[in-house]
Amino acid sequence: MSVLGVDPQRRTLTGWGRTAPSAADVAVPPGPDGVAALIASLRTGGDPPARGVLARGLGRSYGDAAQNAGGLVLDMTGCDRILSIDVDRGVVRVEAGVSIDTLTRTLLPLGLWLPVVPGTRQVTVGGAIAADVHGKNHHVSGSFGDHVLALDLVTADGALRTLTPDGPGAEAFWATVGGMGLTGVVVRATLSCVPAQTAYAVVRTERARDLDHLLELLAEDDPDPYSVAWFDALARGPRMGRAVLTRGRLARLDDLPARLAKRPTAFGGGGPGPGVPPMPYGLLNRATGRAFNELWFRKAPARPTTDVQPLGAFFQPLDGVRDWNRVYGPRGFCQYQFVVPPSETEAFRRAVALIADSGHPSCLNVLKRMGESSPGLLSFPAPGWTLAVDLPVGPGLDRLFHRLDDVVLGAGGRVYLAKDARLGPDAVEAMYPRLAEFRAARRVLDPEGLFVSDLARRVLL
Amino acid sequence: MLDATGRPRSLFLLGGTSDIALAVAERYAARTPGLRVVLAARPGERRDAAVGRLGDLGCEVHAVDLEARSVESHQDAVRAAAGHGDIDVAVVAYGLLGDNERAWTDVAAGTELAEVNFVGPLAAGILLGEQVRRQGHGIVVALSSVAAERPRRSNFVYGATKAGADAFFTGLGEALREHGGHVLVVRPGFVRSKMTAGLEPAPLATDPGRVADAVLAAVDARREQVWVPGAMRGVMVVLRHLPRPVFRRLPI
Ligand SMILES: Cc1cc2nc3c(=O)[nH]c(=O)nc-3n(C[C@H](O)[C@H](O)[C@H](O)COP(=O)(O)OP(=O)(O)OC[C@H]3O[C@@H](n4cnc5c(N)ncnc54)[C@H](O)[C@@H]3O)c2cc1C
Ligand SMILES: NC(=O)c1ccc[n+]([C@@H]2O[C@H](COP(=O)([O-])OP(=O)(O)OC[C@H]3O[C@@H](n4cnc5c(N)ncnc54)[C@H](OP(=O)(O)O)[C@@H]3O)[C@@H](O)[C@H]2O)c1
Repeated sequence: MSVLGVDPQRRTLTGWGRTAPSAADVAVPPGPDGVAALIASLRTGGDPPARGVLARGLGRSYGDAAQNAGGLVLDMTGCDRILSIDVDRGVVRVEAGVSIDTLTRTLLPLGLWLPVVPGTRQVTVGGAIAADVHGKNHHVSGSFGDHVLALDLVTADGALRTLTPDGPGAEAFWATVGGMGLTGVVVRATLSCVPAQTAYAVVRTERARDLDHLLELLAEDDPDPYSVAWFDALARGPRMGRAVLTRGRLARLDDLPARLAKRPTAFGGGGPGPGVPPMPYGLLNRATGRAFNELWFRKAPARPTTDVQPLGAFFQPLDGVRDWNRVYGPRGFCQYQFVVPPSETEAFRRAVALIADSGHPSCLNVLKRMGESSPGLLSFPAPGWTLAVDLPVGPGLDRLFHRLDDVVLGAGGRVYLAKDARLGPDAVEAMYPRLAEFRAARRVLDPEGLFVSDLARRVLL
Repeated sequence: MLDATGRPRSLFLLGGTSDIALAVAERYAARTPGLRVVLAARPGERRDAAVGRLGDLGCEVHAVDLEARSVESHQDAVRAAAGHGDIDVAVVAYGLLGDNERAWTDVAAGTELAEVNFVGPLAAGILLGEQVRRQGHGIVVALSSVAAERPRRSNFVYGATKAGADAFFTGLGEALREHGGHVLVVRPGFVRSKMTAGLEPAPLATDPGRVADAVLAAVDARREQVWVPGAMRGVMVVLRHLPRPVFRRLPI
């Protein structure tokens, strides 16, 4: 198959968790116009691919969201130009395949920063829109989609539509934000930025002795916009939920010591650091997991401290290690991230206890408070408590997840689709009350169901 | 597709009355509530019973006719199975042990074994391969046998036919790899099932449940070969390398 000189290659794809591989024909369109022409040619050129089309970014979703078994996948990293930057207004226009890494490295020297960044910079703007990603400041600034001023979407008819959050295309806009690539291909986006004087954050670090203490600290009204806690997912009993809470804000020039003030916007995020080689067996088991959790907790200062950290170290500490997902071994791993309403601290406690008691080892355990939901029909964020754990796949993991699902559903919460690799259709239907609206919007934009993914087939979006 | 925790949504049994196939289905049914099973087998009481057994476990069962000696029947069965949606795991389980003394002296008896144990599985593998390429994913579990590795005087016709199928499925696994497919070749020793009813169990004899456990574990680990019981692997390494005069005199 050759479409407009773009020769798709059969490739086996997985998400970041390295579970559930599937093969697709992968094409790398050279630019937004190429995407539009390609989609249009699928219609005119006889039979559209029997198993549909899907856009893929940098594959940082954990499960099968960016896979389309047997179909066509458009690798959007070929559409990676930064089209314009209006420094005075703080507005940047980009192609959707540009990475947040490239974008932040370009913006910082100009005194600009993105209002929402996820825990890795290795995601594309398209992927950030499609999953409506959130950052450590969700309770203050909302999610990625809240800062998108306009986006260009190539729909199933091959047409290019410009959508805005409250203009004529608003419905399609909010179906696309959080829409997991199922409304079409985002090819360009206009984003608003916030001012940044430096490439550093002022960070306060503090230990919480248990879950109650942690929730108390997180519920405090805090002047700092960014906050997140790492918690010990293996500690049980009175120490259950012991945590290290970090809160911070972008540093101003006068926060920097003289040594750093010379080149205040030099981005110390670090390039790709040392890599992890492929591993026949996972390194993580109960014993190493326990040791890691203990160490990580001990590493944090016993008394609250404040220091100045490079933005990369504060926001994306894992980006320094390439391919870290390999430590989980050949069966891969799952991230389970859920959010429950603010009043459901009891359910939250039960979930933490289930994880700690299960013996499944998790090291990257994140907990934070979330603010208002976004208008995105399938967006994950909702007010309340969110928690994420990374668990290597092994016997009994499905049962743990089922128990967690029950707790989350019972509390009126939901699981994040960008992280999920195993939910069934019934659970998703119950977790996403606006799914019916999403399906209706999708039927309007893509009546024949051209855009599809393994995730969509699994949970029947 | 199997989800990240190893749950399929659908299962396709070729030889759906086989004790081993049914044990595999039961285990997957326990993982996936409402598992869709397309059960292809010759019509009759045994098939009705198998459909009932899986239905009682909450599976959505579709019975389909399959005669292992007919290529056309394979085409119809695979088409019917694909008509219900993607095939996540297919188990090629039918097989015939036959009477070795008849099989090597009677052309009809010998070629029947070849048809059921080799030609049929080849047709199944080709058609399933086509489906896997279309889907971009799919797991094929092929029931081979340790007899395929080193046939004995007492079972060499069966062994020869199984060896052919074993080689074919091993190669199919390579061919389907780039298409998201995965083939598992299963080599059990003596399994106490319908097939061996009335025979004296060989050393290391096992049962269908154990075979099924090994199949699920091997699929989870994305392994391409599995021996059941596991110790059989080492035994076969030795047996394969024994000089013929010694092998001939072994009481097996
Ligand atoms: C270490 C790590 C930390 C993370 N931290 C966070 C976090 O803090 N907060 C958070 O919210 N998420 C986080 N994530 C998840 C990640 O931000 C999202 O999964 C994001 O969608 C990944 O973007 P991507 O470019 O890799 O997209 P992919 O994973 O390739 O695709 C994700 C989805 O976006 C769709 N898509 C991609 N590009 C386009 C396009 N151009 N047009 C239409 N649809 C498109 C795909 O079809 C797919 O459905 C993290 C992931 C990792 C690995
Ligand atoms: N049992 C062992 O010791 C052993 C050891 C190693 C490998 N194996 C292999 O494992 C597989 C499963 O065997 P099993 O132990 O489960 O035995 P089984 O219960 O006897 O199953 C074999 C099945 O093959 C079916 N079959 C035979 N001829 C057929 C034909 N012409 N058309 C359609 N179906 C036909 C039979 O179906 P009907 O119900 O229609 O008769 C029967 O259910 C076989 O491939 C076997 O060779 C078995």
